[in-house]
Amino acid sequence: MTMLQVRGLSAGYGAADVLHGVDFSVEQGTIVALLGSNGAGKTTTLRALSGLIPARGTIEFCGSDLNRRNAAQRVVLGLAHIPQGRGTFGDFTVEENLAAGAYTIGDKRQVAADIERWYAAFPRLAERRRQQAGSLSGGEQQMLALARALMSRPKLLMCDEPSLGLAPAITEEIFEIFKSLNREHGMTLLIVEQNADLTLQFADTAHVLESGSFTASGAARDLLGSEAVQQSYLGV
Amino acid sequence: MQLFFQLVVDGLASGAIYASLALALVLIFRATRIVNFGQGEMATFSAYCAWQLCEWGMPMTPSFLVVGALAFLLGIGVFRFVIRPVSKAPVEAVVVVTLGLFVVFQALSLWLWGSDQRAFPSMFPNVGWDLLGVRVTASAVGIVGVLLGLAVATGAIFRFTRLGLAMRASAYDGEKSLLVGIPVERMLMLGWGFAAVIGFVAAVLVGPRLFLSPTMMMPILLYALASATLGGWDSPLGAMIGGLIVGVAESLGATFLPFIGADLRVVIPILVTLLVLLVRPVGLFGTRTVVKL
Repeated sequence: MTMLQVRGLSAGYGAADVLHGVDFSVEQGTIVALLGSNGAGKTTTLRALSGLIPARGTIEFCGSDLNRRNAAQRVVLGLAHIPQGRGTFGDFTVEENLAAGAYTIGDKRQVAADIERWYAAFPRLAERRRQQAGSLSGGEQQMLALARALMSRPKLLMCDEPSLGLAPAITEEIFEIFKSLNREHGMTLLIVEQNADLTLQFADTAHVLESGSFTASGAARDLLGSEAVQQSYLGV
Repeated sequence: MQLFFQLVVDGLASGAIYASLALALVLIFRATRIVNFGQGEMATFSAYCAWQLCEWGMPMTPSFLVVGALAFLLGIGVFRFVIRPVSKAPVEAVVVVTLGLFVVFQALSLWLWGSDQRAFPSMFPNVGWDLLGVRVTASAVGIVGVLLGLAVATGAIFRFTRLGLAMRASAYDGEKSLLVGIPVERMLMLGWGFAAVIGFVAAVLVGPRLFLSPTMMMPILLYALASATLGGWDSPLGAMIGGLIVGVAESLGATFLPFIGADLRVVIPILVTLLVLLVRPVGLFGTRTVVKL
């Protein structure tokens, strides 16, 4: 089943478009990767999808037209976006961050149960529940950002450059968590990354963005090591 | 020594009023990075509305409650129709807009009610007690009590409720808050509403002490600005403690510093502001450096 269907998506900042009419879809229960070098339009795509910037084209998510919903309403529909640089509230404690992540959930008992559930999955967060998020290490902050996004019980989890600023071993750990979320909980993921080799090992489908358009799309294992991917990074 | 304690008690009472208005200023600044220079005049306008209801025969308590609700709507309306349209403008433009609020609301009060001073009813009985030679009035106790109530209420809302968490999140980072589904604009609007109510409370406290007039809150605004600067513009607790310190400093300074005296007492908040800006620009309880303004 198609969860997200994007057609002719254009977006940008001010007068100039960064993204020139891309089409893609995300099937339920899959991991989709958006690859590309700096400035290719990956972050712009996610920001347009979550409603942080205005966009043209159609975005259909679980049968709803997202263009009619603002950013906060899209979270209610089941869209979660972990922005570049984690997006945690540095002044808040770990637990307050999780509670803020559950803003759209009305049921207090469910929120409390979810907090305990993610503490169990990420014991390091449980140890630091009263600590300010800003004092956590990069890897812990990424875990907190992930747990916080999951607090809203999303259907589609979008993550912008999870590897940014993390040691390779930590990055791998984060990707393993993505994989297990996908396998064990059927979570659908849309991951934006510069680290193509690693991402292609975990993703099902991938799209390569260059200057705001797709230059290659296909099954992740076919793109692994392909010329199209290398070209988009090296510019040859 | 008796005189000293008497002045401290008097200073705490007026300081609590500065603290209330400073709290209103800080709540708005934290959420929207805007100093609302019109806060005091909005409060005066609300106080006039309450006075008018009393004049028309409504008892004091219900008229205060009605106007409290009106002040909330006034704050929301000002944000929605005056502040939001300029929220992306440079800070200088926004300053001019809030100075405009100051002018508009003062002119509105003057136009509707004239420049005559009116006696404003007091919430507190006109009694006092003698404690070891220091005169403590019910009104002084009541004013400090109201400030404590405000402090506890805002603290509890921010710390323990979902609404408070969402308001803090919106103040901390609007975009991150949107991404967790918080309707940020609604939170900012509520913040302006709450601030207007707190400003009204300050006006209700000061009214019986000064007489009601269109310019009643002007000096109070000056003291409140000094209090917020002293306590730190991003700290509600700091603003309240700053208010109490400024109140006591004013009361002591006017008596013990002969070159200031009663006529020059308004210099004291300006000196406090200057000193803070020189020594510790973020204020006593502030954390983040405030770069603009």
